[in-house]
Amino acid sequence: MATYELTINGKQYKVDADPSTPVLWILRDHLDMVGTKFGCGLAQCGACTIHLGDMATRSCVLPVSSIGNQEITTIEGLSDTGDHPVQKAWVDLDVAQCGYCQAGQIMTAAALLKRNKNPSDEEIASAMDGNICRCGTYLRIKAAVKTAAASL
Amino acid sequence: MSANNTINRRRFIQVSALAGGGMLLSFNLLSGCKPAATRGAAALELPKEWFEFNGYLKIGDNGLITLMSPNPEIGQNVKTSMPMMVAEELDVNWKDVIVEQASLNTDLYKPMQIAGGSTSVSASWNAMRIAGATARDMLKQAAANEWKVPVSEIETIEGKLIHKASGKSAGYGAFASAASKLAVPEKVTLKKPKDFKIIGTSRKNVDGQKIATGKPLFGLDYKEEGMLIAMIVHPPAFGLQLKESDISAIKSMPGITDAFFIDVYPDRKKKQWCDVAAFSKILAIVGKTTWQVMQAKKSFKSETEPIKTITDKVDVFGTMMDVITPAGFENTTTHKEQMAATPKQVKTVRKDGDPEGAFKKASVVIERHYSCPFLAHNTMEPMNFFANVKDGKAMLVGPVQTPSFMEQSVSDRLGIPIDKVDVKMTRMGGGFGRRLYGHFLVEAAIISDRVKAPVKLIYTREDDMTTGVYRPAYFATYRAALDENKNLIAFHVRAGGIPENALMANRYPAGAVENYLAEEWAIPTNISVGAFRAPASNFIAGAEQSFLDELAEAMGKDPIEMRLELFEKAKSKPVGKDNDYNADRYAGVLKLVKEKSEWGKTEPGIARGVAAYFCHDSYVAHVVDISMKDNKPVIEKITTAVDCGIVINPDAATNLSEGAVTDAIGHAMYSGMTFTNGVPDQSNFDKYRMIRNSEAPKKIETHFVKSETDPTGMGEPSGPPVIGALANALYKAMGKRFYAQPFMVENQPVFS
Repeated sequence: MATYELTINGKQYKVDADPSTPVLWILRDHLDMVGTKFGCGLAQCGACTIHLGDMATRSCVLPVSSIGNQEITTIEGLSDTGDHPVQKAWVDLDVAQCGYCQAGQIMTAAALLKRNKNPSDEEIASAMDGNICRCGTYLRIKAAVKTAAASL
Repeated sequence: MSANNTINRRRFIQVSALAGGGMLLSFNLLSGCKPAATRGAAALELPKEWFEFNGYLKIGDNGLITLMSPNPEIGQNVKTSMPMMVAEELDVNWKDVIVEQASLNTDLYKPMQIAGGSTSVSASWNAMRIAGATARDMLKQAAANEWKVPVSEIETIEGKLIHKASGKSAGYGAFASAASKLAVPEKVTLKKPKDFKIIGTSRKNVDGQKIATGKPLFGLDYKEEGMLIAMIVHPPAFGLQLKESDISAIKSMPGITDAFFIDVYPDRKKKQWCDVAAFSKILAIVGKTTWQVMQAKKSFKSETEPIKTITDKVDVFGTMMDVITPAGFENTTTHKEQMAATPKQVKTVRKDGDPEGAFKKASVVIERHYSCPFLAHNTMEPMNFFANVKDGKAMLVGPVQTPSFMEQSVSDRLGIPIDKVDVKMTRMGGGFGRRLYGHFLVEAAIISDRVKAPVKLIYTREDDMTTGVYRPAYFATYRAALDENKNLIAFHVRAGGIPENALMANRYPAGAVENYLAEEWAIPTNISVGAFRAPASNFIAGAEQSFLDELAEAMGKDPIEMRLELFEKAKSKPVGKDNDYNADRYAGVLKLVKEKSEWGKTEPGIARGVAAYFCHDSYVAHVVDISMKDNKPVIEKITTAVDCGIVINPDAATNLSEGAVTDAIGHAMYSGMTFTNGVPDQSNFDKYRMIRNSEAPKKIETHFVKSETDPTGMGEPSGPPVIGALANALYKAMGKRFYAQPFMVENQPVFS
């Protein structure tokens, strides 16, 4: 066990955990932030996507000991009132079906738009390829990314 | 529904049991109600008091409405569409509506709180609307009493009561208290479809904002004070069972509070159909945090022994059946040989005319074989459930498609009376049939009972993917006989599978061919299976529709015209009995897709395929357009025509149809579970291929047949036929037919 000081969504947190504990479980079990989802535990499905700095990162394989001073943003902190352009687009286009993967999809999309304000269809598909949606909402995901990009 | 849209209350009570025990008249302040008033930007101001009219709705003193959604939400959007049906008849402004997920209450919500068979909307079509209409009539009566005017002169508009002659009007809130105490009207008159204001209009998912902001909605997000985390260990292969072994090492690991072996279903004589579990003896590990329990689980080396053949007595909707699980370790390569060999025991299910004779005198006989592998459901939210068993009561919370059945299973297993078992439903991170089989509720309850603490049981992805309850592996042989003029004179389908087949003997083209034979066979397995989105149809539709495409080609006919000619025959001179489709509606979707896709038009570089199918009481046709890029097929566009009767929520139905199409294409192209000596070769998404964003269709255009017919299934029917349309387009694009799923995997794991 060790103590870690983490900056998550602009706030400071102190957690005691085994150094190998993935950030996903720090968020969900230690800090009660359950918006970040457990899907595979192997960085294969994208349900656990957070931002480490500005980078979309799979939190299920990210040990808490590796974070250091880097800032973490989760779906809960993407915007103060749930109106980040990507979140708005997701609601406006009613993307979700079961909804379980969508926090991860939104975090991946938000990171994409941060580094590329006007992505092509191929760039969107390529960036979003790491996020599985079993319900098959990919078409609406693509459309929502474009809608969000247009609103930036 | 009766012709004049009037429904007698007695009939209504029979179908919905809503008025039992005077509950309709009860005056209720529900203190436990904390509605989700954050929908949209502005929060709704909550009323001081709620007045309950029936189990489906309550009205606040300020006119705010709470509608209960009785059925489990798995992503099919019933939490929006079912309350829309109540709101329509209650005649309220949708803006004033809050929706809550109802708990399991088998006395109150009929016919059943289940997510299965695409039946939620169709089965509750009357009950939901009558619940709304009854309350509206009671509000009108309360206003009539107060205003001393005839109730027939009172109108309602969007949550307001109006008496034009006197100029009086009031919101529902003003009369909610008085109305909730009135007698339930004997009869209610339901609106005609042409008067619908909410049904048939697109309304956003009531949980959309919460989903986009990461609010706790799912079973895995559920938490209670003092809750422990539990995980299980099951044997690594089908055909093995755990042997009890030394577990002292894991018990002393950090954060671990307990570990013990459990037998989930020790009584093999009394199982329900949904108690499917390949591994009854498992190890439970309980601890403080998920990661700690995962570490203990990883470090445990299980000891196993081969199973002996097991016979379960299973209650399948009232009929006791023997379900046999054979001993042994199975291999996909062996499965493939078994399936391809002529099976010994073939049973005739339907025979019209003289198929054998017709095949003998045929000029041309076409015979083709189709196959598909086992599939894991892979809901994005792995199996999980919360249980708190104490003081002779069991409280369960989580994602399950069959809460009423599993309540019984928990009651049976723990020996707790069913009225002491309480199941609450969370939003589910996907169902697709996997959560019909709720062994994980029973496991969670046993573990909580043992550790005397609230417990959340979590499956890892590996547990989820290797525990079984797969889509069966299917196989089908199709044969057709043509005479010298290329007329179809006989049709033969022989469907098999492990451990069940996908035959739909009375579906098209049964009824359209003079000489018809449908046969079935099956091979037993110890790999457990269950319903998978559009069970059986998810294979047989693609096989049949691919074969019909090949048949049309051999007959020298356009594939749509050929199908339409068969429908004409089925309609004008049907062959045999029990034909399970309406030829007009079936032909209707083909005609619609023909028109909307501009079938017959050619575009350079675009190959097209068509298919249509009927399942879950709905009709769907697709045209798939494919181009080739770097020798790989790209799905450019899909045109879809759906006849599911009245569409409750068009945009949501479109989303659901698009999703079913993408889902079905993904599985047909890329997915499969294979086995080596009983061990699943895939246990996570590194090896199990799911369709990805870049592989999804670039465009899907969905058209609904305008209809005033009562609604039918929507969650499943769009998937099965697209596999046929896809295979037919691939043939045009690549010059070869695809018979074995998954189509796009080298060394296809099952049945080349």
